[in-house]
Amino acid sequence: MTKKIAVIDYGFGNIKSVLNALHYCNAEAYVIDSPSKISNFGGAILPGVGAFGPAADFLKSKGFDKAISNYVNSGKMLYGICLGFQLFFTKGYENGEYEGLNLIPGEVRKFELEDKTLKFPHMGWNNIEIIDSMYPKKMFESINNKETFYFVHSYYGMPKDLSQSSSFCNYGIKFCSSIAYKNIWGSQFHPEKSGEKGLRILSNFINEANK
Amino acid sequence: MLGIRVIPCLDVTNGRVVKGTNFVNLKDAGDPVEVAKQYNSDGADEIVFLDITATHEGRNTTVDLVRRTAEKVFIPLTVGGGIRTLEDIRNLLNAGADKVSLNSSAVKNPSIIKEASDKFGIQCIVVAIDAKKTRENKWNVFVHGGRIDTGLDAILWAKKAVEFGAGEILLTSMDKDGTKDGYDLELLKAISSSVGIPVIASGGAGKVEHFSKAYEYGASAVLVASLFHYKELTIKEVKEHLMSQNIPVRQIHSA
Repeated sequence: MTKKIAVIDYGFGNIKSVLNALHYCNAEAYVIDSPSKISNFGGAILPGVGAFGPAADFLKSKGFDKAISNYVNSGKMLYGICLGFQLFFTKGYENGEYEGLNLIPGEVRKFELEDKTLKFPHMGWNNIEIIDSMYPKKMFESINNKETFYFVHSYYGMPKDLSQSSSFCNYGIKFCSSIAYKNIWGSQFHPEKSGEKGLRILSNFINEANK
Repeated sequence: MLGIRVIPCLDVTNGRVVKGTNFVNLKDAGDPVEVAKQYNSDGADEIVFLDITATHEGRNTTVDLVRRTAEKVFIPLTVGGGIRTLEDIRNLLNAGADKVSLNSSAVKNPSIIKEASDKFGIQCIVVAIDAKKTRENKWNVFVHGGRIDTGLDAILWAKKAVEFGAGEILLTSMDKDGTKDGYDLELLKAISSSVGIPVIASGGAGKVEHFSKAYEYGASAVLVASLFHYKELTIKEVKEHLMSQNIPVRQIHSA
């Protein structure tokens, strides 16, 4: 059986790498640019790079917010990458205050650190501390704790309920590097750019979505 | 801990690697896709393609090359060389590049940095600076492969690039490039301490100690070309040295 995954294209960032990675993991990836089509899939990915506010506004103006919310409520698997992950939260404070999709109660804030020697964006490979509980174990199946992944961001999301996190990372402060809560997964790092281990997470997602 | 990135750089033209590489185990050592795959499994943290093609037709082969590489290599890919317009940038990003590196075109027209980072995000805009020492603690920006002195002060230009929206600086010392006697540490420190964004050190690496020095002087990443291509050093040797100095790196997975 071919494993189908939808990749939501809403004009924020380059989806090519995500498609390539899904193909490499033997999934059939479909680019979805209209909200009504999401319900045809058991797994969907919300990618994205750029600023929180314009992306959130655009998703809402196209009706993606409701479609994604219905999709998640039906129990189907959703994965957000980078900005896509940040959009899952209630609010983002990038150049103002914006409402996100509110799938995960919490906020997205800029790194404000005492240590001025740290460079921003937080760019490169950093290791993560994986939470040892049921949902994170599914996301990180066959991946060792302290594994490194590729990050590039200046803002970070933090869920109100920390048990919705699946990993934490340190860069001046400890922040939430990924979430796994029921059928909602997301990561601040880029699984599609994190070599073999990143591809492993995408494979785990593809398998979970096609169960 | 955030690791220092070790980045092999391949000069390409018309879809081929320019300098001969020393990968005897590759079917086609002149194919950048094959070489990038090899570096990926050797533990590279990113790959840079520097396009030295002069003609417009040749450039299309670079877009195709990026497309083919991005289908096989799942680490960040940066493309530099001859990028002039937003259209050039869009084509490369759509083909699967993660970042583009702007050099002469940014000096000539700094607003392209702003337009590009507004449109595509600062994370994908690298500004490459070729700097040459003019006197003590003073470096000028050179363009066109180091042939033309712009008269711009490298530190001021780096700061300006950040204001315009650069996400990273690729800093090449024209004095050290090809010498193998180490990165220009004073230049590196001068630039790195003047900007809040990551700086990639380039030009002059010859032995493993040069990489730990670069880290000490503020490099977030190190760029390496012929040293890796001719197997004078391997990525593994560089990373083992860095780890021995307690410098964080992404560990290499055995394939």
